[in-house]
Order: sequence, then C-alpha cells, then structure tokens
Amino acid sequence: MTAKMTPSGSATDLIPLAAHRRILHGDLGGKILLGLMAALIVLVPILNLAVPSDSPLHISTYAVTLMGRYLCFALLALSLDLVWGYCGILSLGHGAFFALGGYAMGMYLMRQIGDRGVYGDPVLPDFMVFLGWEELPWYWLGFDQFWFAAFMVLAVPGTLGFVFGWLAFRSRVTGVYLSIISQAMTYALMLAFFRNEMGFGGNNGLTDFKDILGFSISAPSTRVALFVASALALALSYLICRAIVRSRLGRVVTAVRDAEPRTRSIGYRTDRYKVWVWTVSAMLAGLAGALYVPQVGIINPSEFSPLNSIEAVVWVAVGGRGTLFGAALGGALVNYAQTLLTAWLAELWLFVLGGLFVAVTLFFPRGLVGLLRRREGS
Amino acid sequence: MRINVGYWRFIGMMLATLLIGAPAMAQMSDADTEFAEQVAALNARSFDEKAAAAQAIADSGHPRASTVLQALIDSRLYFRVVGGDVVLAEPTDGGFALTDPVTGEAAGTATQYEVRRVVINNAIRGEVRDLIARAGLTSPDATVRRDAVRQLLNNPDPAVAEQIATLIEDEPKADIRQDMALVLGLSRLGSDEPAERLLALDALRGSLADRVRNQVRDLATNDPDERVRQQAGAMLSNIEDKRQLWGLAEQVFFGLSMGSVLMLAAFGLAITFGVMGVINMAHGELIMIGAYTTYVVQLLMPNHIDYSILVAIPAAFLVAGAFGVAIERGVIRFLYGRPLETLLATFGLSLILQQLVRTVFSPLNRQVSSPAWMSGSIEVNAAFSLTLNRLYVIAFALLVFFALLAIFKRTTLGLRVRAVSQNRAMARAVGVSSSRIDSLTFGLGAGVAGLAGVALSQLTNVGPNLGQGYIVDSFLVVVFGGVGNLWGTLVGGLSLGVLNKFLEPQTGAVLAKVLVLVFIILFIQKRPQGLFPQRGRAASEG
Repeated sequence: MTAKMTPSGSATDLIPLAAHRRILHGDLGGKILLGLMAALIVLVPILNLAVPSDSPLHISTYAVTLMGRYLCFALLALSLDLVWGYCGILSLGHGAFFALGGYAMGMYLMRQIGDRGVYGDPVLPDFMVFLGWEELPWYWLGFDQFWFAAFMVLAVPGTLGFVFGWLAFRSRVTGVYLSIISQAMTYALMLAFFRNEMGFGGNNGLTDFKDILGFSISAPSTRVALFVASALALALSYLICRAIVRSRLGRVVTAVRDAEPRTRSIGYRTDRYKVWVWTVSAMLAGLAGALYVPQVGIINPSEFSPLNSIEAVVWVAVGGRGTLFGAALGGALVNYAQTLLTAWLAELWLFVLGGLFVAVTLFFPRGLVGLLRRREGS
Repeated sequence: MRINVGYWRFIGMMLATLLIGAPAMAQMSDADTEFAEQVAALNARSFDEKAAAAQAIADSGHPRASTVLQALIDSRLYFRVVGGDVVLAEPTDGGFALTDPVTGEAAGTATQYEVRRVVINNAIRGEVRDLIARAGLTSPDATVRRDAVRQLLNNPDPAVAEQIATLIEDEPKADIRQDMALVLGLSRLGSDEPAERLLALDALRGSLADRVRNQVRDLATNDPDERVRQQAGAMLSNIEDKRQLWGLAEQVFFGLSMGSVLMLAAFGLAITFGVMGVINMAHGELIMIGAYTTYVVQLLMPNHIDYSILVAIPAAFLVAGAFGVAIERGVIRFLYGRPLETLLATFGLSLILQQLVRTVFSPLNRQVSSPAWMSGSIEVNAAFSLTLNRLYVIAFALLVFFALLAIFKRTTLGLRVRAVSQNRAMARAVGVSSSRIDSLTFGLGAGVAGLAGVALSQLTNVGPNLGQGYIVDSFLVVVFGGVGNLWGTLVGGLSLGVLNKFLEPQTGAVLAKVLVLVFIILFIQKRPQGLFPQRGRAASEG
C-alpha cells in the first residue's frame, strides 16, 4: 500500500469533491492521503470479499480490522495535529475525547444486545443486572437509537472540550500548564470510569457486543463496512481540518500559535478561536473513538489512561507536526510498528517507543514529513 | 468423665512405656509425664474434651504450656494417624518437620498423609487465647503482660478480675495498670448491685476503649436501675463526643502523612520545574529509582535490615542524582526554552526507565521490609494512635524541606542556582558557569526524588509503575503551591493531603482524588500562579 499504487497526478480525479480543490491547492501530501483512502475504499472490500481466501491477493478479515484500527488512530492523530500543529496547544488528554466517543458508541452497542446477554434482561446490560440495579440510569436513555448515539459521539466530547477549553483558555492557561491540566483531566476521568457506581461497567467496561444497525458485528461484511466507514471518516475529517486551517479563522489560529500576545494586541479574541478549534478537535477525536470501539469489540477505562493520550502525541511528532497528513501517516505507521514489534519482541516495544520520543524531539523535530522534504530540497 | 479418659490414657501410656522399656521412663520427670498426658488429651473426640485438656495444660504451669497452646490456635498442632501422638508440625517442602510438644526436641518428619491437624472451633480458640493471656499476666516481660491484658479486655469474667485484682498493685508499668483497671471496671459493670455498677462507671470515666463504649451503651438502654441508666447515658454521649474529636485528629494525621509523601514527591519537581523551568516527566521514574535503590541496598546487607535504610538514604540520593545529571547532560541540555519538546523527550525517558527496571528486576512488585524501629505505633488513647512509620515519613519530609531551604538560602551553590534562574545572562557575565549549575540543579532535584523513593518504599510495594502514580499529583502540588517556591510546595502538599483524607470517608478514595483534581483545575482558573505566586521579573517572564 504505498503511494506508487496511486500516482499523485490522478489522485484528485478520484475524489468527487471538485469544489474542494481549492482547499487542496499545493497540498501534495493531502492529495496522496486522499488518494490512498480512495484506493483502500475500493480495493479492500474487493480483496477481502470477492477474492477467494486461498489467493495470495486475499486480505483476511483480521487484517481488515487491524487496518481499520490504524485508520482510527490516524484520525485521532489528525485531530491532535489540528490543535497542536496549528494552534500550539499540546494536549495530553485527547485520549479522553477518544474514549468518550468510544463509550457513547459502546452504550449504543450495549443496548443492541437486548435480551441476548447472560442474564437475558431485555433492557438492562449484564453488568447492571449483576450490580442489582433496578432500572436504566437516565444518561443511558436514548442510546438504543443509532441517530442519538451518533449525535452523542460528537456532542459528549464536544461539550467536554468546550467546557474545558472555555475554562482553560479564558483564564489564559497555556503551554505546559495546559498540557498537565489536560493530562489531569483524562486521569480523573479514568479514575471515575473505573468506579462501578458510574454506570459504565467499571473495570470491565462495555463489551460482548452483538450487532450494529442490525448487522452482526463479527461478520466479515460488517468489518469491511466499518473499515470503509473509518477510511471515509478519515478522508472527510482531513478535508474539514484542511478547510479550517486554510480559512481566515485558521490563519488567526496559526497566528495564535506563533505569537499569541501579539494576536491578542491586534484585537482578536484569541481565547474564542482556541476554544473553537479545540472543540472541533475533541469532536473528531470522539468520532475516531466511536469507529474504533465496534472494530475492537471493547471499551474500558484504560482507554483514558494518560499513556494513551501521550502516545498519540508521539504519533503526530513522528509523522510531522503541523502537516495534518503527516500526523495521520504517523498514527498509522507507529501503530503498525507496534503491532510488528510486540509480536516479535514484546519487551522491546517500550524501549523503541521511548526512544522515538527522544529521537523525534532531538534529531528530527519535523518528523518523517520533514525528513522527506529535506531530501527533496537537497 | 474427662478425668477417666485422661486416666485410662495415662495407664495406657504407662503400660506402653513399660513394654517398650524402662530407660525412656527414667528421663521424664513427673511433671513432664503429667504434662505429656494432658497434651495427648488434646486429641480428643469432642470439642468439650479438647477445651478441658487445654484448660488443664494452662493450669499445669509447665514451661512449655504456652508454646503448645499457641501452636494449637495457630493450627500447628498435629497428631499422628498411627498411634495418635500429638506433635508440633512445621510444613516443609515434602511434608512436615515434627517436634515433641513436651521436650521441644525434634521428632523426625512426616508426610502429609501421616499426620492430621488437631481441629478446634472458634469457641475453643477464644478460650485458649484467654488462657494464654492469663498465663501471660505473670510474665516478667512487660510486652507479654500488656498483650495479655489487652486480650483479656475482650472477656473480663469474674475469675479474670479476681486474678488481676491481686496483680494490679504490683504492676510497675502505668499503662498496663490502666488497662488492668479497665478490665476490673468492666467486670464490675456486670455486677448485680446497682451501687457497684455506678462505682464501676465512675472508675471507667475517661476511657475511650471500644469495649467500654459498647458496655456503657448497653447499660444506658438496658439497665434495670434508673440512676445507672442516666449516668451511663451521660457517659456515653461524653465518650462519643471525645471519640469524634479524636477521629478528626486521626484524619488530620493521615492527611498530614499523605501530604508529606506528596510533598516529598513534589520537592524534586519544585526544583527542576519550579526553579529551572524544566518539565521533567521522568520525575516519577527517578522516585522509582530511589525506591529500587533501597531494595537493592537491603538485598546487599540482609543481616542489617535495621540499618540498611540509613545506607539507602544517601545511596538513593546519589543514584537518582546521577541519573538526573545524565538525563540533563544527554537530553534536556539540548531542549532548553522548548518546554513542550522537553516534556515529550522526558516522557520517552520515563518509558525507557520503566522498561529497564522491568527487564533488570522483574515486572513484579518487590517488598522492602521496614526496620524494626520504624514499626509499631504511639498510642495516645484507645481512639487515636500514631503509626510510627507515618510519623517518620512526616519527620523525614520536614527534614528534607529544611535541608533544601538551607541549601538554597545559605550555600554558594544555592546562591548560584537562584542567580541563574533569575537572570541567566547576568549570572554568566559575573562568572557563573551556567551549564554546570544546570546539571547540578537538575541532579539535586533528581536526588531529592530518589529520597522520596526511599520514603515510599517504606509505605508501599516497590514496582516499575511506582512513580507513575505520583507524577500527576506532584505536578498538581507544585502548580497549586506556586511554581518556584518551596514553601508553596510544603503548604500545597500538606493541604492537598489533608483535603484528600477529609473527602475520602464521604466519597471514597477514588472520587476524593477526582474531586481534588477538579478543585485544583478550578483553583488555577482563579489564581493561575498558585498559592504563593512568584513576584518580580521572573514572574513576568514565565
């Protein structure tokens, strides 16, 4: 799956969004990324469903799900790059938005189980029956409807992002302080979600999903559909992010990154711009989480762990901060490396990850994209 | 009946020894023989008989009586399946090592099929405990006497009271005398005479023990005599008030001890982050290195556990400090003025250090044993006692605090550190080697983190994730207290600890932590500079 498969010249032709050509103007990396997504959307379903399983070209359902997960991580990295690369806000808590989106989707999937759970209760999920709860807590109401869950996937992280951003940016919490507070936020949420009393399954989280929109969640065709949905979401989100950073608002946001006091002095309400971008980014992270959960089949409080959030930061740094497509690339690549390494030598992975953090900051601060560009330049 | 059983067994044993040979008999004194017979009776069929045998053993006054009884309640007393002899057994790899209960000599080994445990129920266990305690009342060892009286507090029957009444005059230790008076008072509360009960209530005035409270509560509702009920009621509310007050004091103490741990963890950060402005995410791992150093020092001197911690304190400081200097020289030096990059790089270092510890030691937790002089507690009264190891941690934290204060205010190094942090260019201009000072300052902060690790190793298990739990907390303490201010760290750490402990009973430990986090986030909204904001030029640059 390299760029060779989709020559960059024809990449734009594959995208049926002629009106957005202006957005992609001069954005070769973005064109490659969108072309790649388009190719994946077309090829993966064919290679998985139509090509017989003994053919060397066949892609197993396992691989499809794995790639779907990488795409979700790429989307998370993209959302992080929007705030870090273009607004200079280093969030160590984006995993919280990801997990909240995941929980919203998990609640829908939980309600879809119906009476097929171990206890066979038509309304209550198993863990609530186990805890002896009589009825569904109010915040679980409505999650049996997909449209409501889909709305909440964006609304819950968005609301948290808005409230957090409004509080933080209004009182001018910046730099490392903001990073630490965002880490504290995801840490607090992790502790809270570990509690059984919260009504989100405590330690075990939500799992044992059966189907989504009436289709069995373990069926290959559903897996492929989820993969295609992830690829579409990534492509669409890329266009949204690109549109934001190319807009006038995006220019102001970049100015905030480079010289916030100066931008403020000129007369821009910098906190409003930051809250805006931050909220959009939180919603995109939530979307990534919502696509991630049905593919892995579980969501539990460890998704909130500060390590996950900070790993996402390193994906962005490895790919290339402030390039959007580089971040997405980093998200997919680092996770692919993790899959390879943990299968080969599990102990080594944390050394490599730690080394990546150090190397990327010391030796190639512009990430992979920076390396490629330098080679082009020389 | 039970005399008969014992008697026939005795006859049987006599016959057996006679048959086996007289020489064996000659080695046993009369008292031993009688004792052996009583011990053998422990392997009786019914629990009643076993209880009677235990009573007989206690009454015998034999020097090994308490050993045998203790073995009985510890489930270390077994009998041979063949022959039925009662033996003391210690589990070994393949089975059991046996000891003769009467002589205390080794009696060979047995597999698990050859011996069976002498089974007792909880009633006998309680009785035997009381028996051991009563035997311990006359012990020359004060701690044995103290424990004995404590045990008897649970069951102050008249026979016990009688025995204690004869002993109380001669008891040299005041605290044991007090407990003895409690036992006497409690047994007199059960008297039939209302006047006697009133006197007993008077005698018990001022005691906060659980037992006294329960008994007084019982009297306040159920006593047939009106005056006794009234007085007991008054006493009960008095006791409850006082206990509540002491409970509060206990919470403050727990809060202070938790706060001093937070404080210790945060001092290093107050130096690296507060003074130097370097955000060091590997700080928690430096704490972990300190804790592992303690563990290694303990492994190196297994015969001097009591003193190993005194060696561990400087060792942990030096090891963690060396790691700190290495980190500063190798990574952080290149990233000054780029806080976000520093954060990422040091986070990577923390992952590497964690994995290093996992590879070198193991992913499992390690236990560091506390020295004997740190265990135990100072009991202020029945409702409030100060655990010694927590007390030591508080003292240690304060010691570190004042030592740091002295370093910063009184030494040349401190002066230079402050000079560099306030105005680097000017400090360099007057001849301070700022890069050397950077290394030393960072090393100092890392060394203090190592000291925190020593303290933590005394309170929890040592594992690769030890530091992770403290990194967020330490940052919060530093930010809450005010960056670049050791006093802020002191007040911040202690107040967060106390706040946490006061929330915990109402909300549970986890929610308390969440609430404290939310509180700090809101607090920073109001006062972004923390409790003790830095003033002057440094503040405006930050």
